[in-house]
Amino acid sequence: MSTIDYTRELSVLEGKHALRELDDLIAKPLETKPDKKFYIALAITLSMTGLFVLGLALTFYYGIGMWGNNIPVAWAFDIVNFVFWVGIGHAGTLISAILFLFRQKWRTGIARFAEGMTVFAVMTAGLFPLIHVGRPWLAGYLFPYPNQHSVWVNFTSPLLWDVFAVSTYLTVSLIFWYVGLIPDLATLRERTNHKIKKVVYSIFSLGWRFSNRHWHHYEMVYLILAGFATPLVLSVHTIVSFDFAVSVIPGWHTTIFPPYFVAGAVFSGFAMVQNVLIMIRKIFNYEHIITVDTLEKMNKIMLLTGSMVGYAYAMEFFIAWYSGVEAERFAFLNRAMGPYAWAYWIMVTCNVVSPQLFWFKKIRRTIPVMFVIAIFVNIGMWLERFVIIVTSLSRDFLPSSWAYYKPTLVDGMILIGSFGFFFTWILLFTKALPVVSMAEVKAVVDGAQPSHKEH
Amino acid sequence: MMSEKILYSYTGIFDTPDEVTHAAEEAVKQGYTKYDVNTPYPLHGMNKAMKLPASKLGYVALIFGLSGTLGALLSLWWVSAIDYPLVIGGKPFFSFPAYIPVIFEVTVLSAAIATVLAMLFFFFKLPNNAHPLHATDYMKKVSNDKYGIVIQAEDPIFDEASVRKFLESVHAKDINAVYWAEEEITHKHKIFEPKFLTFLLVVVILTSGTTYFTLNKLMFMLPFNWMMEQQKQNPQQKSLVFADGFGMRKPVEGTIARGFLPYAFKGQPDLAGEKLINPIPISKESLQLGQTKFDIYCSPCHGYQGEGNSRLRGQYPNPPSLHSEKVRTWSDGRIFAVLTDGQNVMPSYSTQLSVDERWAVINYVRALQRALNAKESDLQ
Ligand code: HEC
Repeated sequence: MSTIDYTRELSVLEGKHALRELDDLIAKPLETKPDKKFYIALAITLSMTGLFVLGLALTFYYGIGMWGNNIPVAWAFDIVNFVFWVGIGHAGTLISAILFLFRQKWRTGIARFAEGMTVFAVMTAGLFPLIHVGRPWLAGYLFPYPNQHSVWVNFTSPLLWDVFAVSTYLTVSLIFWYVGLIPDLATLRERTNHKIKKVVYSIFSLGWRFSNRHWHHYEMVYLILAGFATPLVLSVHTIVSFDFAVSVIPGWHTTIFPPYFVAGAVFSGFAMVQNVLIMIRKIFNYEHIITVDTLEKMNKIMLLTGSMVGYAYAMEFFIAWYSGVEAERFAFLNRAMGPYAWAYWIMVTCNVVSPQLFWFKKIRRTIPVMFVIAIFVNIGMWLERFVIIVTSLSRDFLPSSWAYYKPTLVDGMILIGSFGFFFTWILLFTKALPVVSMAEVKAVVDGAQPSHKEH
Repeated sequence: MMSEKILYSYTGIFDTPDEVTHAAEEAVKQGYTKYDVNTPYPLHGMNKAMKLPASKLGYVALIFGLSGTLGALLSLWWVSAIDYPLVIGGKPFFSFPAYIPVIFEVTVLSAAIATVLAMLFFFFKLPNNAHPLHATDYMKKVSNDKYGIVIQAEDPIFDEASVRKFLESVHAKDINAVYWAEEEITHKHKIFEPKFLTFLLVVVILTSGTTYFTLNKLMFMLPFNWMMEQQKQNPQQKSLVFADGFGMRKPVEGTIARGFLPYAFKGQPDLAGEKLINPIPISKESLQLGQTKFDIYCSPCHGYQGEGNSRLRGQYPNPPSLHSEKVRTWSDGRIFAVLTDGQNVMPSYSTQLSVDERWAVINYVRALQRALNAKESDLQ
């Protein structure tokens, strides 16, 4: 290996690109007719979404008795899926906001896509609390408005905080995403000769003119939004963790939950982004924009957050023992050795052991291997929520009410269906909007910025 | 044709970011104020070259963020401490720590929305697709990989020849004049076009129609059944279980409701007067209860003192005085019979007054009688 010059920042993109080429490359999926593979993929995700609709129709018609949930396990797949999908969303905001504040230029190639994923994941997640109440058309009562009952919502309840956190998160993510899209939509407007497309792009680009008198404010706003989105994303999973931590169930009632949940969310989110990006860069030939360097950096973040999650698992056990509370001790021993031990140990293998392979540079840079590891991480993180929610509920203080939870077919349909719903959006996104930010990528090409005379 | 058009600006194109930055610096030096630089992405150092003042959008974020904080705090306080105080988990009505999450989210939401709206609508005056620069070759280039400068005709020192010369001096390519398009100048409001008005009308009818249908019809169809349709017996419903088809069953013969012993002397007031004994001893509490109940239930007809001075002003036959020799000599049980059974036009009070309350009223009536017809011994 040749010696690396550490004083110079490595360029984000591989090779030297003409700006025009980048535009052509990024706009290509939007300007060409989708191929057969796209339709096959769409058919698969749409059939999965069909399962989703069927599962929900059964649930709403016959009631949530169609699920495996029953006292004492009143929360199961519905809430597991909710927490899982909200968590997936977190990577997007981390990439677009936190890495932006840290001036990590490598984020430019993946930020747009990750933000889109955030929006879709939070949309998917947002469905679950509504599904979970069984009568989603009454969900309007979750919002505090002066109603005919003249009672207000309970502002001291973490479930209500969730309503605020998730809806704020979705709105701010959408705004952030859209603001980033405006210049690109204007570029597309200038490129296209298609009449209808031109009208649509004109409407949504709002007549953006690439004026530097605008860029000037625009960059400021981007900074402000990033500044707000950063504490916001931390708050969202913190509040989600409060749903559990504020209650008194052994196994839930722990102060480590907020940071532990946030780390887990970023962990699973990065795994999902990495998985999907590997496919995207292959299908659309974005190998030079979404480089192996970028993927390696994502793997490093997974290594970091994965280790944090592993630490949290260990610390939970330690505190359970150290607290001397019998119910706590039992709850954790029950996790590792009780009826759900299978879930616990799969989770530990996927979440704690597998990311440790990323210590090896070779593995960090080998695409098939990291792809598989990321899939493991996603399985592990889904199981983590399952372990936390179901094992704690199935055996709490009163042995006479213990029960073993088993999901039903409808539960499975809704779980698979939620993936279908999410990936349908992703597929449509790749054909409707630029999945890489043109303006941002062009700005980091070598020679795209004025050679500063101050240097 | 050319002469009818109104000039908007002159534009020039550059190939490199360095050139355009240089051109912007020169434009400032020349004293142009109505000029702009268009680049496909923000250029580092352009703000400095154009000498743009720092963006004020930070203040918008600050002001709206703080208003969000304050608004959320005040409304949470009003809702839970003033409008509908409710004890939840033994916490104080205004439990600030529990409000922090909601207040935080509202702060972020209002700041983010306000900042972006302010930027787009007030700072940029967007949406604006009628700008003269739109649909020009210039816009096509700067949206992709070229850098451009615009010098507007509005500029106080604008002069076609000198601007051209200036653009040439900074080595701009494709120097072009951009004119206002017809409809961009006339500013005819397209809102009043019949086409748009019809469109609005259709939107209004569609949204109100669907809203009405959803809220008033759809929500009452299956499966939106408001939990009414369940596998259980509802009141007034036919029963499939009982032979007589009645869903609502009568209690078993001889069932007595708690606290409601049947009255044994119905229609036999004299017997009641003989047999019934007042079980409630005269006490301050009993007299007070009696007074309250008497004032509520008896005084409208009998008067506050029981003298028969009805407040109903002839709308109902005036009752006799309760201070008559007859009533004074009646036993408590006899009066109890009147209250329980009623007497002629006086209705029964057994549904309004419990047994104990009836005895308390009787105690009070006795006190009233004693007050008007005091015994000699009472004076001592
Ligand atoms: C709606 C008006 C009305 C109310 C209220 C009412 N009474 Fe009477 N009460 C009458 C009338 C009228 C009579 C005379 C009935 C009759 O013609 O025998 C009467 C008769 C009586 C008598 C018998 C008097 C007698 O000389 O025969 C008593 C005792 C009596 N009421 C007590 C009460 C008491 C105690 C209450 C309160 C619980 C009460 N009444 C409430 C209208 C009323």
